[in-house]
Amino acid sequence: MPDEMTPDLTERVLRIIAETQRKDPAQVTIDSTFEELGIDSMDGVNIVFALENEFDINVPDDEVKNIRSVRDMVEGVRKLVEMRGADAGDAAPAAS
Amino acid sequence: MSPIEGAEEWDLRFRCGAVVRNFVATDHMDAKSADMIDRFAQFAVVAAKEAVTHSGIEWTPELRETSAIVTGSCVGGQSTENQGFYDVYKMGKTRVHPMTIPKTMANAGASAISLEYGITGPSFTIATACSSSAHALGQAYMMIKSGMCDFAISGGSEAPFSHGLLKAWEAMRVVSPTVCRPFSKDRNGMILGEGAAMLTLELLDHALARGAKPIAEVVGFGMSADAHHITQPSAEGAARAVKLALRDAGIGPEQVGYVNAHGTGTTVNDATETRALHLAFGDHAGRLAISSTKAMHGHTLGAAGAIESIAAITALETGFAPPTINFSEPDPECDLDYLPNRGRCGKFEYALSNSFAFGGLNAVLAFRKI
Repeated sequence: MPDEMTPDLTERVLRIIAETQRKDPAQVTIDSTFEELGIDSMDGVNIVFALENEFDINVPDDEVKNIRSVRDMVEGVRKLVEMRGADAGDAAPAAS
Repeated sequence: MSPIEGAEEWDLRFRCGAVVRNFVATDHMDAKSADMIDRFAQFAVVAAKEAVTHSGIEWTPELRETSAIVTGSCVGGQSTENQGFYDVYKMGKTRVHPMTIPKTMANAGASAISLEYGITGPSFTIATACSSSAHALGQAYMMIKSGMCDFAISGGSEAPFSHGLLKAWEAMRVVSPTVCRPFSKDRNGMILGEGAAMLTLELLDHALARGAKPIAEVVGFGMSADAHHITQPSAEGAARAVKLALRDAGIGPEQVGYVNAHGTGTTVNDATETRALHLAFGDHAGRLAISSTKAMHGHTLGAAGAIESIAAITALETGFAPPTINFSEPDPECDLDYLPNRGRCGKFEYALSNSFAFGGLNAVLAFRKI
């Protein structure tokens, strides 16, 4: 399941970054660095806010400080989405 | 520092603040007056009364006309505004309290002080985020110096502990979930605070002639804009404000003994402020006694410049520079003497108070010991 959702999740993260930064989506790739995109720390906080809303996740402050690239963002979101999925699974074992 | 009332219920990532506890407005003013103003303006009135009493000034009709009030506030009557929005959005009410507008306005503190004393001279409020009351004191200083007025009450007040505003601070990710550790390597943000500080200003000769005992002389004021970024500070911009304060005071860097730093405890501020102090003071930077008292009284936003000016003045008065508490580990990016966990006795002739606001607007005040 995670493998299947990966391309979609990556795409959604890239789209959110492009939208919040008013960039042409073609400019934002998984390998883009924040420097290339001109993303500073406040931009990073703004992107994380949009990602939290998009994926219904909560990104802790400590994690935000360690994000340095688009790839970090994609991987961070994937981890949190998977954790949320696991929590939801535990909470509703009988649903099928 | 104490728990912020409501923090748990509001699911805040931080739970502590420098809260003014057990404040009862009616201990300081009549109930009707207290009802007319928000908590932040109540603080302003209480601080102004303390300052006026301490100054020993005797009001005359002429003095009331030639006195100024310049206050600083960053966010105004947040509790009042928050309650109004809560009533409308959450409770579905169709009306809010009729005093919502006058209680929310950032100048309510200045207005309440003018009503308290019948002061009819130039009175206004400055809102430059965390530099508000430093800019306010600088304005009052310039107005006295120019002869525009004979006496001034100036400072700032803030009461930012309301649900909506705290959520906004949380979203910026600059508030510590633990404690404020300015200049320490493991610092992880500021702690918000509330409160007020007011000073009275007049020409030194006038004060001495009427037998007053001044606590310090305001000798310099420097302002600058970074023109760099809406939230990230610039060392160059901050350094220019420091240099301009020294120039206005007519003193050299080596004459300054103590600097009350802006020192918010965020990663970026403290490293940038350190670079700014190197730029402004050169070789003397390493000999300065520097501390951030925000670790003790929190970041009081629009009140910070005035509260910290009093800390700087007290260092001159008492010969004791306050420590930067909660300091645990030196940071190579913060390589000056921040008086970690222990204050220092010394004869300080000049002291500075630094304020560097979001929006890149800087204000630095210079004081001389009397």
